Amino acid sequence: MRPTAAPLALVTLLTACALSACGSDSGSDPDTVQISYKQSTDNSVRVMDDYLADIKEQFEKANPGKKVELVPIKAPDSEYYTKLQQMLRSPRTAPDLVYEDTFLINSDITSGYLKPLDPYLGKWEDWGNFIDTAKSAAEAQDGKTYGVPDGTDTRGLWFDKGIFKRAGLPADWQPKNWDDILDAARTIKEKVPGVTPMNVYTGKPAGEAATMQGFEMLLYGTATGATESPLYDTASKKWITGSQGFKDSLRFVETVFKEKLGPDVSDALDPNFATSVRGDLLPGGKLGINLDGSWLPQDWQKGSGHEWPEWSEKLGLAYMPTQHGQSPEKVSMSGGWTWAIPSKAGNPDLAFEFVKTMQTKANAQKWYIANSGIAVRTDVAEDPAYVKAQPGIKFFTDLVASTHYRPAYPAYPKVSTAIQEAMEGVTTGDSSVAEAARDYDEELKSVTDGQVVEK
Amino acid sequence: MVKEGGARSPRLRTLTRALPVAPALVLLVLFLAGPIAYCAYIAFTDLQLTGQAESSFTGFDNFRTAFKDDAFLNAVWLTLVFTVLSSIVGQNTLGLALASLMQRASKPVRTLTGGIVVTAWVLPEVVAGFLLYAFFRREGTLNAILDQLHLPSQNWLFTLPILAVSFANVWRGTAFSMLVYSAALNEIPKEITEAAEVDGAGGWRRMWHITLPMIRRSIGTNLMLNTLQTLSVFGLIWVMTRGGPGNRSQTLPLFMYEQAFQKSMIGYGTAVALLLLVVGSLFSLVYLRLLRTEV
Repeated sequence: MRPTAAPLALVTLLTACALSACGSDSGSDPDTVQISYKQSTDNSVRVMDDYLADIKEQFEKANPGKKVELVPIKAPDSEYYTKLQQMLRSPRTAPDLVYEDTFLINSDITSGYLKPLDPYLGKWEDWGNFIDTAKSAAEAQDGKTYGVPDGTDTRGLWFDKGIFKRAGLPADWQPKNWDDILDAARTIKEKVPGVTPMNVYTGKPAGEAATMQGFEMLLYGTATGATESPLYDTASKKWITGSQGFKDSLRFVETVFKEKLGPDVSDALDPNFATSVRGDLLPGGKLGINLDGSWLPQDWQKGSGHEWPEWSEKLGLAYMPTQHGQSPEKVSMSGGWTWAIPSKAGNPDLAFEFVKTMQTKANAQKWYIANSGIAVRTDVAEDPAYVKAQPGIKFFTDLVASTHYRPAYPAYPKVSTAIQEAMEGVTTGDSSVAEAARDYDEELKSVTDGQVVEK
Repeated sequence: MVKEGGARSPRLRTLTRALPVAPALVLLVLFLAGPIAYCAYIAFTDLQLTGQAESSFTGFDNFRTAFKDDAFLNAVWLTLVFTVLSSIVGQNTLGLALASLMQRASKPVRTLTGGIVVTAWVLPEVVAGFLLYAFFRREGTLNAILDQLHLPSQNWLFTLPILAVSFANVWRGTAFSMLVYSAALNEIPKEITEAAEVDGAGGWRRMWHITLPMIRRSIGTNLMLNTLQTLSVFGLIWVMTRGGPGNRSQTLPLFMYEQAFQKSMIGYGTAVALLLLVVGSLFSLVYLRLLRTEV
């Protein structure tokens, strides 16, 4: 043997190894279903973890030999999406089942990350129990459905009755227009020092919460028609620039922070501010009015770490009024999350079996109640046990009648970021309302490839 | 082993001699050059993380967009401010000052000072970030001290974010300069400084005419390494301010991250990354020239 033969063999071996990446494919064990979901950034909130652990147990009992591997992603919303998209790009890392926000699902469908579920849904009896608007939440422009919704949500005003009492405001407060809200906040600021009068989520760190709980709750209240979207013109299929409603909504945000009616700007722009609103400010009686979602009580249930069973006595609920109280008087936005199967998933069939286990009537009902979700199944919505399970469920379920859905087209996530930037500009005072609106119009043109219309 | 059949051709010999290097070469091409080439390629496409069926080659579009983008120009400006303040001015002069002072200090003082400064340096970036976040935030240490002194306090991370992160970077990175300069100062022969002292040169004159020229090469090397490290600082700023408020502390690495991962524009983000590389090489070129010229 010539002395060069040994190294030659070694090289061949090494190269072969490097090219085949010397590893096993992690995501292809046919008996394990991998599930990725968003874990709360608040360590004491384990609503989803506990629920999934329960379903896992049921599923493994019913399917001997099959295993469920939970892959939590602990991150604020915006980083969760990023992490998930990176996982979806490769068959090696794609889970079998993912928790997808309806706001992003169209964008991910366009990228080819998700699998159409129609073949499964056609053979699934329970699908008939889902309400139509919820079914369409995960329906793409190609008419196929890509996700099974696990509930929806609505939004409104939470207020602290104790603070209201000290400020001399009524315990059954119901503002009729924007000025009523600002006046109440001004009264609190004057009469109850040491508390934050009101909270409106704002800026890029808050992510979609700023857009939806904050801005759109205002913007959709500037429209006159009940079905009119002030963000997207369905007739011309274009995004709307330069509207007065947009500027008015920005002016509201500017007023809140300029007059110091809101949280300290540096707190408002802290990425984990939402966690402290739910875990500290509201339970601690430090926040007067909070424009927020129907799901808040999930953090205050038994075993959540911030148990606060008396929240329903301490907090009042009011619907968000339109700008001047014009018809339809109430505003709410609805979104929600869905379970979707990645196109690169190794075990799609098993993943759908898991969805079925999650979505039996009993399990679905358990979940709606656990995460303070609004039922998207008719059989649950009619169940008196569900309606009575939690104070507030009735209030928020009734808002479904006057709710709006986001124009969740593929460009929406970028439009949303542009809105957050405009909000952040007027929040910090870096830009005036006019400047922020102009910047938004420019950004909108660029992220939608010029698909804009002036209104 | 006796060779038969005459000498092999020299080319074959070169080939066989290159064989042992081959595995390393293959690995380098695969895991280093490959990704870099792929990066350079996607900088010229409109690749997105989500919201797009397929990407296409767009030539210099991303770069044109960047130079028209106010947010990018703002990031370039902040990167320069951050680099000049924290690396060239801060770490460098402070490192040199510490090293010169330690030359004269007694051994226990030297050990103690060195220990403290190096501790700041060995902390992981994220830990250092949280420490300084705790120092600067509204209820933080700095404001507590100011309150004790009856001086007005403020939320530093909100009012002066770029200065706060620059300070943090100085705090964390000075040790490196200090070590480089300590080594360089120890190389200067004692006779020279003593001779200058006998000739009546004061401390500053000795520093300017003897010490600095003699450690010129170390200064260049240190500046180069410091600048390149500072240009790519991400974790420290991310933990302290996330580039905010607004984008008042958004240096290029943070801008890049935002474009690529938060706005899903991987192509554009990568183009910005290449531009950052250009900024780095410009700095390096300047330093290399400085190193070459003889005083």
